[in-house]
Amino acid sequence: MRDVAIIATAQTKHVRSATTVNEVELIQPVIQEVIERSGLGRHDFDFTCSGSSDYLAGQPFSFVMTLDAVGAWPPISESHVEMDGAWALYEAWVKIQTGHADTALVYSYGKSSPGDLPRVLSRMTDPYYEAPLWPTSVDIAALQARAAIQAGVTSEQAMADIAYRSRTSAAANPFAQLTTSAQPLALMDEEYLADPLRRHDCAPITDGGVAIVLAAGDKARSLCSRPAWIRGIDHRADGHHLNFRDLTTSPSVRIAAEKAGVANGPVEIAELHTCFTHHEPILRSALGLGDDVEVNPSGGPLAANPMMAAGLIRMVEVANRIHSGEVSRGVAHATGGHALQHNLIAVLEGEG
Amino acid sequence: MPEEATTSGEEDVLRAPLVLEYPFKRTTGPVIGAFLTALREGRFIGIEDDQGKVLCPPVEYDPASGASLTKLVPVGSEGEVLFWSWNQSVRDGQPLDHPFAWAMVKLDGADTPMMHAVDAPHDAMVTGLRVRAKFAEERIGSMDDLLCFEPVS
Repeated sequence: MRDVAIIATAQTKHVRSATTVNEVELIQPVIQEVIERSGLGRHDFDFTCSGSSDYLAGQPFSFVMTLDAVGAWPPISESHVEMDGAWALYEAWVKIQTGHADTALVYSYGKSSPGDLPRVLSRMTDPYYEAPLWPTSVDIAALQARAAIQAGVTSEQAMADIAYRSRTSAAANPFAQLTTSAQPLALMDEEYLADPLRRHDCAPITDGGVAIVLAAGDKARSLCSRPAWIRGIDHRADGHHLNFRDLTTSPSVRIAAEKAGVANGPVEIAELHTCFTHHEPILRSALGLGDDVEVNPSGGPLAANPMMAAGLIRMVEVANRIHSGEVSRGVAHATGGHALQHNLIAVLEGEG
Repeated sequence: MPEEATTSGEEDVLRAPLVLEYPFKRTTGPVIGAFLTALREGRFIGIEDDQGKVLCPPVEYDPASGASLTKLVPVGSEGEVLFWSWNQSVRDGQPLDHPFAWAMVKLDGADTPMMHAVDAPHDAMVTGLRVRAKFAEERIGSMDDLLCFEPVS
């Protein structure tokens, strides 16, 4: 395998609604910033890959317009996934592994604010048995939370503690959307949004984007003083029928964590794509993380959840802490689909 | 959402409606089609998997092994709530037009649950609640033929 590292990152200040900019205008400054930080020139990228959703943009092939933010002349080698940017990174990593590229630009973005996001996300369900009922993302998450509480995986109090910890951690994150929280006991006094979920259990609706630069081997070492090496990366999916899944566990995370080598060394931090508070205990268990592992020091998606970018941002938050020398080994997780259906796990490490 | 494109005075931002559509027709095949046909007749069927477990609603392939499944079996119209959540903010297209519970209901004779609506007061919802299917009076062979589940009194 070739050594591949994240050598530069950038992200937007995440907001509830970026009303006055379109997707191209949203992501262009972030792409400019990450290119400058990487030390590479605009034409030095062997591969470019992005992640976004036509359902959010409201039109087919919307990513083609966003290429205006990159510049595609002279012609570039480019691809796109209709998935979180973490999977765009995965595609770029594979491209570098095949030897067809030494450097790659990866970005993703989403404006979740137009339309009724929970209802839009109901279209991810099975088209025959589930989609005709129009269950929202919150409806399905609430069912999963109940199953997890009944199974003793978590409790409403533990979920309030996670909400409080995440949003107060985010106070140190200049890009976060929500950076304050009432005390957990006060949170427990709030009305239910969708029993057993309260508003604090749900990630906010967020507009934003993120970009990273990947480089292989000596190229990475020459451009970055402390590259964040991708030591393991794997993604797995559980079945799409909610009916047949045990929603209190995540078999796909367990397998991906094993393939990515999470347990091959100490985990200092984990950035997890927790769109709801109850996702954290399910993921901690499937990843085999001890209680001493710090989860979501950035605040995580509960503090800023730009659709299509929040998974790749998990990698950025771990990579930034490796670049700065704050940590030497961390785990990043990204998810897609309902109730943690599809999961990607990456292990990032610094050298020396 | 506004009905047509407008500009809001304060920020002079152009706003337009976002209409969510998925205008495709699908064929349902020998298994899902059989389930929907049974619904039209006011009854449920499931399908046996590799291990002899009954999956309801039925699917064409074993979710674990991928093996082709063909053995359709009848399943009861009453069952048990395995777990549930409360839907206070009902949206367009959902099974009922007033607050209801989403539930995973395991029908008698089935080994897997199906997600659907239970029409009961919030304080009546409890795991293990016995429920019975309520069918539409006019049925056409679609998921809409099953209106919801109701508590067995």
